[in-house]
Amino acid sequence: MSPITLFLIAFGLGLAGWLAARAKAWSFQQESGAKRMAARPNYHAWYVALWIVIPTLAFALIWTLAAPQLVIQSVLASEAASRLPEFGFQRESILSEARAVASGNAGSVFNPAAQEFVEPFREAINRYHLIGIAVAVVIAFGCGVASFLRLRPDFTARTRVERTVMAILLLASLVAILTTFGIFASLVFETFRFFGMVNPIDFLFGTFWGPDPMSNPDNPDGSRYGAIPLFWGTIYIGAVIAMIVAIPLGLMSAIYLTQYAHPKVRAWVKPTLEILAGVPTVVYGYFAALTVAPAIRDMAYSVGFTSASSESALAAGLVMGVMIIPFVSSMADDSIAAVPSAMRDGSLAMGATTSETIRKVLVPAALPGIVAGVMLAISRAIGETMIVVMAAGAAANLTGNPLEAMTTVTFQIVAMLTGEGSFDHPATLSAFALGFVLFMVTLGLNFVALRVVKRFREAYE
Amino acid sequence: MTVIHPNLKQTEAKMRASDVSVYYGDKKAIDEVSIDIPSEYVTAFIGPSGCGKSTFLRTLNRMNDTIPSARVEGLIELDGENIYTSAMDVVQLRARVGMVFQKPNPFPKSIYDNIAYGPRIHGLAETKDEVDEVVERSLRRAGLWEEVKDRLSDSGTALSGGQQQRLCIARAIAVDPEVILMDEPCSALDPIATAKIEELIDDLNGRYAIVIVTHSMQQAARVSQRTAFFHLGKMVEYGKTSDIFTNPIEQRTQDYITGRYG
Repeated sequence: MSPITLFLIAFGLGLAGWLAARAKAWSFQQESGAKRMAARPNYHAWYVALWIVIPTLAFALIWTLAAPQLVIQSVLASEAASRLPEFGFQRESILSEARAVASGNAGSVFNPAAQEFVEPFREAINRYHLIGIAVAVVIAFGCGVASFLRLRPDFTARTRVERTVMAILLLASLVAILTTFGIFASLVFETFRFFGMVNPIDFLFGTFWGPDPMSNPDNPDGSRYGAIPLFWGTIYIGAVIAMIVAIPLGLMSAIYLTQYAHPKVRAWVKPTLEILAGVPTVVYGYFAALTVAPAIRDMAYSVGFTSASSESALAAGLVMGVMIIPFVSSMADDSIAAVPSAMRDGSLAMGATTSETIRKVLVPAALPGIVAGVMLAISRAIGETMIVVMAAGAAANLTGNPLEAMTTVTFQIVAMLTGEGSFDHPATLSAFALGFVLFMVTLGLNFVALRVVKRFREAYE
Repeated sequence: MTVIHPNLKQTEAKMRASDVSVYYGDKKAIDEVSIDIPSEYVTAFIGPSGCGKSTFLRTLNRMNDTIPSARVEGLIELDGENIYTSAMDVVQLRARVGMVFQKPNPFPKSIYDNIAYGPRIHGLAETKDEVDEVVERSLRRAGLWEEVKDRLSDSGTALSGGQQQRLCIARAIAVDPEVILMDEPCSALDPIATAKIEELIDDLNGRYAIVIVTHSMQQAARVSQRTAFFHLGKMVEYGKTSDIFTNPIEQRTQDYITGRYG
């Protein structure tokens, strides 16, 4: 396998460079005797090693991406390529089959037409493999020697190594940010395609949701793409029912843990609560669909609501609320604990009881942090998918009755993308528009929440 | 062990501690301290860092209760009543024995609400007019009224450090305590703010029994009439401030006030 060989070359030569540079730096130290070197020998060693490893790895990365293209090109340049069918799909399958056999991933060809390409493929792959190795070795040696020759007793290897390490760390932190931009860009692109077919006004303000993936994609019925019922279901389940459960329970548990709990109790209650945050949401989904939803329906029947559905917004919201408790409680816990103890002492010294102190001093002082925690919890709840998929139902009802089935934005995204429709159809593309709206809302909530937390921190530091 | 200066004529004690020891876990922080705190004077506790003077101060309104590992032995009385019994309600005790802390700690509320906090929780003022009156009276007594009367709704944390500390004193006064404990109230303040606080302590002297812990011997000499010198958890010497500073009996007191250590 070509990439692995390239990586081995990079690290092998890097190690060699490290040892050589270290030996040389040691000899400097012996010669210069009492005179101090600008950097310790290990830094000289790392300097050379980084100069070998980084360019070689960069080349390996580029080569791994570029080599398959070069292989295809050279195969297509052969005279057999002229006999390939014109039609894209058949052409692709013949080529990929030949490639699989040539690289040893498949035993023999299924389509006889592929047979004559196996040999050209094998040749091309081997050729580019050897070229890649040769270039990697040249780069590694070139950079290694060039950097090795720069070593002097007064060479400031340490500052250079540290600067390089900093650059690597910066790159690592940029990956997540750039990915976010990538996600955003792809969402925006598909969303614009959707809005080219369906009027954004119909989408954002329409009250009927019933996309038909089998309809004629060139002439979509905009009135079937009204997303208001989905937004309502999302808010009702995630921001209303779930929060009615999560805010009081989360806040009370935070107050208990920070103010009343004996350290021993806190030592096991807090981690247990945090484990809740690690339970896969699909497991909560089972619980909601198989235990909570039927129980709610039976209870509703017994008090006379015969219209109660076996999938209900209430079941999904309740279970989601339980899932969110750890988020609310851990944020509230942190912000109550961040209120200076002088505040608490001051109140107690006034003759306030513990509960007066909590209600009138600690919670108001911690309120910005608590609000931020709740906002983060909401943004998580409205983005939550598995529980609503399993327990809330699929019907886009615009109703305030929590016993009825409702559907959410996330559920419809799943439904639209896993259906039969093609990717050109507005029903499928609507998933991107929904995702875009959801993304913007949660992004906004997180942004505001983080700002609030930041201002709150500044107030006490 | 404790030397009581012979010139000290015992008057009636507002608070009396008898053989008080305080432990943090197994560590003994205060070793059998006995002292009478008079009602009409300012009493200063001086001594080097870590000598236990703040710890002892905090036993007088049971603020050590908030530290789980702290344990108090001995007898502490307020007007002859043991404050460490279950019959003594700690909430009532702290309303009678107020406290001002080392760092100004106004609540993150308005100036008005900072003062109104205590009277409201203790039910001393119910109507708006009553609360208004308590707020004005307390701020006047703390010498802060003229500076803040036009911005009572501003946050208490927006005041300067010295103003914040006077706000905390006003807050303590608002519940009409009998004793005010001050734990190094000027250590976070500049000299001008310090001078104002000292002036305020002088004004309050006589109305309340005041106990002040201080690092600064000059401050003790300026504001107090009684001084107790603490060292290594023990109270070494206690007497009139003038006697302690001019004519100490114990060698350790002499060494401390002449600046030989601490």
